[in-house]
Amino acid sequence: MSTLVTSSPHGHQGISTGTVMLLVLLACVPGFSALCFFFGWGVLFNLLWLTGLALAFEALVLVLRKRPIGYYLRDYSAVVTAVLLALALPSTAPWWLGLIGIFFAIVIAKHLYGGMGYNPFNPAMIGYVVLLIAFPVQMTRWLLPAGVGTGLPDFATAISIFLDQELLTGIDAYTGATALDAFRQQQGEQLVSEFWQATPVMGQWAGLGWEWINVGFLFGGLYLLFKRIIHWHIPVAMLSSLTLLSLLFYDSGSSASYGSPLMHLFSGATMLGAFFIATDPVTAATTPRGRLYYGALIGLVVFAIRAWGNYPDGVAFGVLIGNFAAPLIDSFTQPRTYGHKL
Amino acid sequence: MNSVVNNPLKLWQLPGIHPPENKAQSLRTPIRQANLPAQLVVQLSQPRYNRPTLRVQVGDKVAKGQVLASGSTSLGITAHAPAAGTVVALGDMPVPNASGLPELCAVLATDASDQQWDKLPALDYHHTDIDTLIERISDAGIAGLGGAGFPTHNKLRSALHKVDTVILNAAECEPFITADDALLRERAADVVTGCLILLQLTQAQRCLIGIEDNKPQAIAALRPHCQDPRLQIAVIPTQYPSGAAKQLIYILTGKEIPSGSLSVDSGILCHNVGTAYAIARAVCHGEVLLSRITTITGAALTEPGNYEVLFGTPISALLKQSGLQSAQLSQLIAGGPLMGLTLPHADLSVTKITNCVIATTAAELPAPPPAQACIRCGYCTEVCPVKLLPQQLYWFARSGELEKAKMHHLKDCIECGACAYVCPSHIPLVQYYRAAKAELTEERDKHRRAEYSKQRFETHQQRKAEEKAQEEQRRAQRAVLAKQKKAEASSSEPAATSAEATIAAALARVQAKKAVQVPTTPLDATANTSATETTSPATANVNQDPSA
Repeated sequence: MSTLVTSSPHGHQGISTGTVMLLVLLACVPGFSALCFFFGWGVLFNLLWLTGLALAFEALVLVLRKRPIGYYLRDYSAVVTAVLLALALPSTAPWWLGLIGIFFAIVIAKHLYGGMGYNPFNPAMIGYVVLLIAFPVQMTRWLLPAGVGTGLPDFATAISIFLDQELLTGIDAYTGATALDAFRQQQGEQLVSEFWQATPVMGQWAGLGWEWINVGFLFGGLYLLFKRIIHWHIPVAMLSSLTLLSLLFYDSGSSASYGSPLMHLFSGATMLGAFFIATDPVTAATTPRGRLYYGALIGLVVFAIRAWGNYPDGVAFGVLIGNFAAPLIDSFTQPRTYGHKL
Repeated sequence: MNSVVNNPLKLWQLPGIHPPENKAQSLRTPIRQANLPAQLVVQLSQPRYNRPTLRVQVGDKVAKGQVLASGSTSLGITAHAPAAGTVVALGDMPVPNASGLPELCAVLATDASDQQWDKLPALDYHHTDIDTLIERISDAGIAGLGGAGFPTHNKLRSALHKVDTVILNAAECEPFITADDALLRERAADVVTGCLILLQLTQAQRCLIGIEDNKPQAIAALRPHCQDPRLQIAVIPTQYPSGAAKQLIYILTGKEIPSGSLSVDSGILCHNVGTAYAIARAVCHGEVLLSRITTITGAALTEPGNYEVLFGTPISALLKQSGLQSAQLSQLIAGGPLMGLTLPHADLSVTKITNCVIATTAAELPAPPPAQACIRCGYCTEVCPVKLLPQQLYWFARSGELEKAKMHHLKDCIECGACAYVCPSHIPLVQYYRAAKAELTEERDKHRRAEYSKQRFETHQQRKAEEKAQEEQRRAQRAVLAKQKKAEASSSEPAATSAEATIAAALARVQAKKAVQVPTTPLDATANTSATETTSPATANVNQDPSA
């Protein structure tokens, strides 16, 4: 009789990295559905196209790196990267935009830095920022949300847009400034309340459509918290610092106001960023206290870019700056070990 | 008196995990007596201690309770013959330990004579002095039965006059193990007596019995015996690893034992219930420690349960008695599933620290899948009872950054396995920590050896310098002498005014005297020269000895 000898512990609670990633994907569903509802077929095209490409790139790199393909593909991390990038792209993105973005995300930001677990920067955000800097026109070309203007393009038009047949589509008829864009452009001219009434893309308390998209991602995020997949520290710190700063500069809705806390919380990529992107554990700070600083830093950068920067939204830059700071934050926020003085 | 019991103790919290308990299987029947095997293999030596002094030889007939070996110094555990029989072999044999190193064992062929060795006299602990009590505990061969196996008499001596709280560890937080639970259910009175003896010994003010709330029957069995106001049952929430000594101390008292120090130095003495029971039996009944309660459990057994097992009983015999289904057996674990040690086969014997043997199946405790990359999710940080950053330690251990691992307090890791239990990437974290700890220890030893060699070298250099200085002095004196002689020879006027000259004169007289003696004792002269010469080979030896 001979038995297997292993190192303790000999039991496991049974949750695997693959399961974690699948739950993250599941939690994206409400926000994704809202995005589809307000911005049409393009959202779905982006998602499918990027997922397929991400798996292909991941497999290609694994072949080059002589790693077992099926084993690594089953951790679903590439799919999560693809989905997060897809959710961040405008629904008018042509096929080549996603291709370039996901190439940078998977091949450069992830695998050239050592692959799963080793990348210092969030791959999806690297992909996003590369696109934003290289192709600012395509990256800021958002459709008017459902319920404003001529309505969303139909399926055939959406395909033409995806295939970048611009002349066929007359895409300009469908596009317009997003809520955050519009808000920035009017700043200093109108009271917030006046602007709100004069601008059709504004909804109840934030951008039309965007408020529901953010509610969707908030909902998914709470689910992840409930399932203990993510920790509360980063989202709470990020949303708190964003709220605090917007409150500080709200200026009771004058023409100098930078927007209400509610507008900031439910606009742009706030909730997607707070619960799905900033919480990417590989690139975030890892100590419990460090996560608070990390989240707060991202909130600060997001608000600073929205208020005083050149881009309408700043989640991607905020997360990347947080990634830069994470190792430093970690080394300054060691928890006190049992039996040690601080 | 009930007011004491009802007054709930303030409890502190630590992180931990809640694995499936799997305790019910082995608690369906009362404690059973394990069958007397044909052969017992009794462990006599302990790692880290000197070899014990053997009291028997091969071929000796021994009676039940006779001393087989006793600690050669005050550190060590006395081993007794668990049954009557004949010593058929003495030597190094494999035992269930992590190092895999063999220990000195005695093989006993048991016989049916059941001849008993003379019992020690029963003591009334109220009226017995401390030294006698500790000596009795030492004579009875009692070691920490919770798992550490530390000699109890040594622990007690270090605790004298230092301790205000005794903690009785009945937490038994690890899944599958129910030996303490079973003991408390059936023999709570003796356990409590053990507590009272510990209180008497240490003069501590109180004894907290820490027990997890998943043992209501054991708690109920304890209650009627805890009439002494110094005793308090502290029911703590079930969570792993609340039963680790330092963790239990914190949960019950809020005190953190400073890293690297012993709990007795913080005024707390922690003992396992099994140890308290053994102390009570040794003191009040004069019984030496020959057996223990061991849980034999796991899905590969048809009749799991708790057994009173003689030390040295082969695990294979216990498994057979519990209805082993060999075909289903995948792993044998000595201890619990989280900190236990896998055994390569069942031909090993029960020792004083074998509290549990799990004969498990692949379905019950599946083998871990291949490890994936660490995604720094931090689930490990959430559950670490020592509040380490397991995931950082893993990166440091993996990349060989031992200094950093040390700075992150790797040495405080208690290897409870909570981090690896929750790791979604199935990384064998504890294995990495063990390896890194071993490397750190080796590094430290190397450093110590180097430091020692350096000291030796420096002492040697100093001595050589001193010898040289002395030699110089002698040479100077000789020079002065020679000068003086010359002066005396050239001009016979004495230079008595200078002190130097006085010394020289005195030396000259001595020299003259010696010169007179030389012809009569020639051996002396040769002895003198050889004596000065012997130093040089000796120093050369020192120089060439790198092993020191």
